[in-house]
Amino acid sequence: MRTIPAPKVLPDTLRYWTAADEGRLLVKRCTACGEFHHYPRDLCPFCLSDATEWTTAAGTGTLYSFSTMGQGDAAYTLAYVTLDEGPTMLSNVVGCDPATLAVGQRVRVVFTPSDGGHAVPMFTPA
Amino acid sequence: MGADHQGLGVQAAAMSLHGTAAIVGAYEHPTRQADGLSVLRLHADVAKGALADAGLSKSDIDGYFCAGDAPGLGTATVAEYLGLKLRHLDSTESGGSAPILHVAHAAAAIAAGRCNVALITLAGRPRAAMAEAQARAKADAAGGKAGRPPLALRPPDPDCPELAFELPYGPATQNLYAMVARRHMHEFGTTSEQLAWIKVAASQHAQHNPNAMLRKVVTVEEVVGSPMVADPLHRLDCCVMSDGGGALIVARPEIAKSLKRPVVMVRGTGEALKHAMGGRIDLTTSAAAWSGPAAFAEAGITPAQIQYASLYDSFTITVLMQLEDLGFCRKGEGGRFVADGNLISGVGRLPFNTDGGGLCNNHPANRGGVTKVIEAVRQLRGEAHPAVQVKDCRWALANGIGGALASRHVAGTLILERL
Repeated sequence: MRTIPAPKVLPDTLRYWTAADEGRLLVKRCTACGEFHHYPRDLCPFCLSDATEWTTAAGTGTLYSFSTMGQGDAAYTLAYVTLDEGPTMLSNVVGCDPATLAVGQRVRVVFTPSDGGHAVPMFTPA
Repeated sequence: MGADHQGLGVQAAAMSLHGTAAIVGAYEHPTRQADGLSVLRLHADVAKGALADAGLSKSDIDGYFCAGDAPGLGTATVAEYLGLKLRHLDSTESGGSAPILHVAHAAAAIAAGRCNVALITLAGRPRAAMAEAQARAKADAAGGKAGRPPLALRPPDPDCPELAFELPYGPATQNLYAMVARRHMHEFGTTSEQLAWIKVAASQHAQHNPNAMLRKVVTVEEVVGSPMVADPLHRLDCCVMSDGGGALIVARPEIAKSLKRPVVMVRGTGEALKHAMGGRIDLTTSAAAWSGPAAFAEAGITPAQIQYASLYDSFTITVLMQLEDLGFCRKGEGGRFVADGNLISGVGRLPFNTDGGGLCNNHPANRGGVTKVIEAVRQLRGEAHPAVQVKDCRWALANGIGGALASRHVAGTLILERL
């Protein structure tokens, strides 16, 4: 099993990671323009408003693309998952045989411990 | 996103770079494994080679361009080694596409009177450094110390906020590009066999290049039968890792015409970047869809007029994306376009990377931009290998993609004409 490197947490995204420890996936939404974005910023990348808020995502989405790399136990699947809220996020797909995955399939969030750091949101077939 | 650029409803006062400069010198280092050569020595070697190629001396250089592969303080460190006196310098960093942006920036600087003769260098030794790190790890392990895995690239900057949202997932260059390939296959039915044709064409060209790392001609079956690296990309879908480098000299047209070489004019330039756009990921279009049209508009020609194309080939999928985004075929038709040898010189409609490209020849410092321009210059001068030389090559294109297509990348497009 691959060791998951601990995310290097900067102050403006600490809440995202503490929520992940509690089993919740947060996504940022701008209250000025209404758009969701990822990775989370203080300033909205669409309108530059600082009126961004943390919202709890449903934790479900669809597989946009993926690739499995590595051999045996070291193999892991990198993926882009499009959340039901709109943004597409980089992640891993875990807990399944990667050979059975297909673009467009439904996935749901799971949280994986990292190496001495916060839990990391990943996805598994829904 | 493209429309946002015109948000004020005004175009910048157009200072076209069409015909403002020419490429007068081009040199590719012959080494592919630089044991015993420093990065700085490689930069100096290629600078000297390009000066000799141009028939100029170092006192003629008054502008210098380099990117993140140059050591130390970049421009100042290389200029100090070479003993250059400069009045214009530029260290625009965009990964592997940087030298292509540098040509455009040099043309702009020349047009603005900031310099007359600009030197561009790119060099590195990731392969030798990897071998050295592996030898050290082995020696450490034999001496009872814990061996450390070698780093091919610089460690990531922990202050980049996006990295917390990427590094835990293990993005490598290979699996990022593989996700582009998978999505392209999903949307357009592109196949591994079609991608393999890109490598086959590169290998057909590389067999004639004595400096190429991989000179063996390969078949579609061999490409799709090679080990899977990051599915759906196989080992032979990936570029080589090599040492070496290259240099270019860009000069005022009057200077170019006073020299003894065929004149290669800068006719069209474009640069653009694409990133994750706040999560609006769209992997089947690259920034070349913006840099390409800008370059063609400036050149005043269409893709159909290009006789030779140097296309960035970090992976086979990179080439396919550029063919579509630059307008050589429609979006989604890249797979059909590359099949059956259409990129092979003397066989197909669009000869590409006739030196063997990054897939077979050279990808120095993990950056393929300078070799793309060098081979385009060879083609326009009629100095490519006779077996791959395009007959009466007047128009050529060089395109670079720096960074990673699936995350953030910078595209540079250059259109050149031989007078």
